[in-house]
Amino acid sequence: MEESEQLKKIKAGDVRTASRLIRNLEDEIPEAKNALKRIFLHTGKAHVVGITGSPGAGKSTLVDALITSYRKKGDTVGVLAVDPTSPFTGGAILGDRIRMQKHAEDSGVFVRSLATRGALGGLSKAVGDAVHVLDVMGKNLILIETVGAGQQEVDIINHSHTVIVVLVPGMGDDIQAIKAGMMEIADIFVINKADRDGANKLYNELVAMLNMAHEFPGGWRPPIIKIGNCFDAVSFAQSVDKLAATVADHYRCLEETGLLGDRMKRKAMVELGESLRDAILSPILKEMTQSGEMDLFVEKLLKKEADPYTIAEEAARRYLK
Amino acid sequence: MGAYFSDDTINQSKELTRQWEEEVRRSLAQSHDQKSRWSTVSDQEIKRLYTPEDIKDIDFARDIGVPGEFPFLRGNQPTGYRGRYWTFRMFSGMGSAADTNARWHMLLQNGQTGLSTAFDFPTLMGYDTDSPKARGECGKCGVAIDTLDDFLTLVDKIPLDKVTTSMTINPSASVLWAMYCAAADIKGVPLSKIGGTIQNDMLKEFIAQKTFMCPPEPSVRLISDTIEFGTKYVPKWNTISISGYHIREAGSTAVQELAFTLRDGIEYVEDVIRRKKLDVDEFAPRLSFFFNAHIDFFEEICKMRAARRIWAHVMKERFHAKNPRSWWMRFHTQTAGCSLTAQQPYNNVVRTAIEALAGVLGGTQSLHTNSLDEVLALPTEHAVQIALRTQQIIAEETGVANTIDPLGGSYFIESLTNKMEEEAWKYIEQIDNMGGMISAIDKGFPQMEIADAAYRFQQQLESGEKIMVGVNKYVTDEEQPIPILQIDEKVEKEQLERLKAVKRRRDSRAVKRDLEEIRKACKTGENVMPYCIQAVKDMATLQEVCDVYREVFGEYRDPGLF
Amino acid sequence: MTEKRIRIMVAKPGLDGHDRGARILARAFRDAGYEVIYTGVHQTPEQIAAAAIQEDVDLVGLSCLSGAHGYLFPRVVELLREKGAEDITVIGGGIIPDQDFQKLYDAGIKAIFTPGASLESILEWVGANVKPRD
Repeated sequence: MEESEQLKKIKAGDVRTASRLIRNLEDEIPEAKNALKRIFLHTGKAHVVGITGSPGAGKSTLVDALITSYRKKGDTVGVLAVDPTSPFTGGAILGDRIRMQKHAEDSGVFVRSLATRGALGGLSKAVGDAVHVLDVMGKNLILIETVGAGQQEVDIINHSHTVIVVLVPGMGDDIQAIKAGMMEIADIFVINKADRDGANKLYNELVAMLNMAHEFPGGWRPPIIKIGNCFDAVSFAQSVDKLAATVADHYRCLEETGLLGDRMKRKAMVELGESLRDAILSPILKEMTQSGEMDLFVEKLLKKEADPYTIAEEAARRYLK
Repeated sequence: MGAYFSDDTINQSKELTRQWEEEVRRSLAQSHDQKSRWSTVSDQEIKRLYTPEDIKDIDFARDIGVPGEFPFLRGNQPTGYRGRYWTFRMFSGMGSAADTNARWHMLLQNGQTGLSTAFDFPTLMGYDTDSPKARGECGKCGVAIDTLDDFLTLVDKIPLDKVTTSMTINPSASVLWAMYCAAADIKGVPLSKIGGTIQNDMLKEFIAQKTFMCPPEPSVRLISDTIEFGTKYVPKWNTISISGYHIREAGSTAVQELAFTLRDGIEYVEDVIRRKKLDVDEFAPRLSFFFNAHIDFFEEICKMRAARRIWAHVMKERFHAKNPRSWWMRFHTQTAGCSLTAQQPYNNVVRTAIEALAGVLGGTQSLHTNSLDEVLALPTEHAVQIALRTQQIIAEETGVANTIDPLGGSYFIESLTNKMEEEAWKYIEQIDNMGGMISAIDKGFPQMEIADAAYRFQQQLESGEKIMVGVNKYVTDEEQPIPILQIDEKVEKEQLERLKAVKRRRDSRAVKRDLEEIRKACKTGENVMPYCIQAVKDMATLQEVCDVYREVFGEYRDPGLF
Repeated sequence: MTEKRIRIMVAKPGLDGHDRGARILARAFRDAGYEVIYTGVHQTPEQIAAAAIQEDVDLVGLSCLSGAHGYLFPRVVELLREKGAEDITVIGGGIIPDQDFQKLYDAGIKAIFTPGASLESILEWVGANVKPRD
């Protein structure tokens, strides 16, 4: 396909073209990377929101409700939902979109499931690229739902303007998880299923923790939003509307304080770093593997005839002239 | 408390068993068993031989006893099947109300003793035939009912004071039951005279069958409404049939079926007591159950025996019921649809016969036998007749009804019954610790247990560890085609016209007012049943009432756990 | 590294909730190394077709046990065609009598699996007939 035509189609919101490009990016097809080069210059308009939290925290249901809330106001929404790839088989069951299927026919909503394919940090390698595609499609809001498998999901900060950390009462390890790094990345806390026992305790713990923080960049103290039983339709929708409004407030705060620039810069640096790694390292690795050099080195390491550090330095000298 | 066996017997048993074991070892040295592990269809491992030692801890009066007495291991009825056989109750329904009515008259003429209704999916899910969600489904796997008008056709010339009717209906049960009550009223039969069952068990829908509408909590509340209404005004009606059948069909083990079903029962009883302030003995005698009779003969018999004994203890000890009728577990049984094969379908007659026999030896109160073609489509009349005759042969020819619980006292049967009971209690306690069944469902616990069991069985089937004849062994290339019942596409068109006509001629202001009353009752917690009966009499449609439920209570969606 | 992965959607059109087969199949596809998108029960053909395109899957596996396959399956194929996604392979399974097979094939359903079909036979068919896109 003529690339400019592809870009035109994606800009016009063509689902088939956009979804195919995302897949080609996931599959690391070189032409897709080329397409991204053109697309990149048109990106940067969407507000990217990361949603993270432990499994069973109700992230997908929350994303579903956020979509409804945004659509009421006429915003268009792109969703990237990440689920884990089985390390044993390479397969994955991507089930997040089940909760979002009522939006399937809404042309203002695009939901795409991604498998981690071995990436750590709760995201998939293609997430950044996919965000660009949704951005160019004209989605105002892009919601990224992380795997939610553990406490190391801080990568989300590199891809989002706003990070929502979702907690539920009675999971025991919540505060532990927050201490392990979630605290730094949260722009907004959600206490989901807040009708359950322990919601107030969790709330108080969060407040106490925030009180101990030395400073809040831009003066933004992460708000804590309680969201009750999703089956209590009216009050659930109200609290999700409030969450959506808070997300917008956060973006405004980033703009007004100049922090948006900082975040964009961080995002750009990460992207550049990844691209550099891809551009420089991948070809070298490929060549070393194909030439059989790699096996040779491994052999030497096993026999303790060499150390990996010297090998790496020599390889760098040879390849990076 | 006397020992079940004398010390002499136990010692003899030990000695003889030791000799036998040596003999077995000698034989095995010469030739191996056909396989190294022998287990039930649920993957419960079974020993080569059971002896007095396996049941030496039994206390006869406490654990076994006699039929009609606590703990009812051997049956509820002191007279067994001599007083009356189980009810031959064939599940049927297809196409239009008139089609199903015709099938019912055929079955009654053939000696069936109770009716049982299958509804189509729009009816089951609370949608009218004219809903976009209903497209293609009308009359397909049951009868389509939109309004009381259809219902009156369904029960035309059926004596509602003489024939009991079971309706397999869940999220929309209150509306269909309201139609039944309204139909009886119109035909001049008082509510106190009508008898039958509505399945009305939502928990197993969330767990297994996934025919759901509102979230679990309000779903259980609507069930408590029907139980309360039945207790007060329709005393001969079973307002719930707490079902393990679908749990099993979804791929559970026999123990899971047993445990989840009984834990569901506990959840309902708790809700009625808490919400309706009824005394347990006021409504417990009308609770009924529904089990699957799968292909593993002894496991099924033990499951049913264990179910009666567990329930008796639950009612007596957990809920302090005093009326012995409350301790009874009465249940309907259906042979296992999932054990049937599309390959060599005539083999299904044999499977069904064996499963039906297990149901009878397990002491069921009523029985549906699947037809040989049900794995392919709705059954033809001929296939239904064979299935019905299967029950009649068991009752009238085989002699198994001569005596009560003929397998009672068998080392193996009592031992397996005990084991299944023990494992079921473990599950029940686990769910208690989660805060009850609703919160276990919220966590996905029973759903995941079943999914894992289903996948395990499938893998055993793939590896040949488990056998289905005609599927992974004794396969034939040539398949005999069998006649299939096709639902005429014009059923949908005609049903749409009927619905349109009813909507045209009814007093829509009255309907609007009735629906408003239902909405109010939903919100205040007042019993919805009287308002539902009024609404259907005024020709409110099934969906109109269910839409009120959906609006007030919200809609449940598949959590899709893996 | 470039690798054209195959993505599969397992979907349950219509109102029946019997998802035992669909869920077993989803797991089996995962265990065979595919990426599987599961839509959950009670889906309309419109929802399934839209999701299949957003997810850019190679294969849609439909499961229906209510007897409504005669309308639901062909409708999914038709909607995919309307949206220019005729290259997505559609297969079906469930309680489907032999008599209906030809009509479904004519409507564009590429394969039909009925109760008793082994996972192996389904995986084999997919392996042979669903190739990575060009």
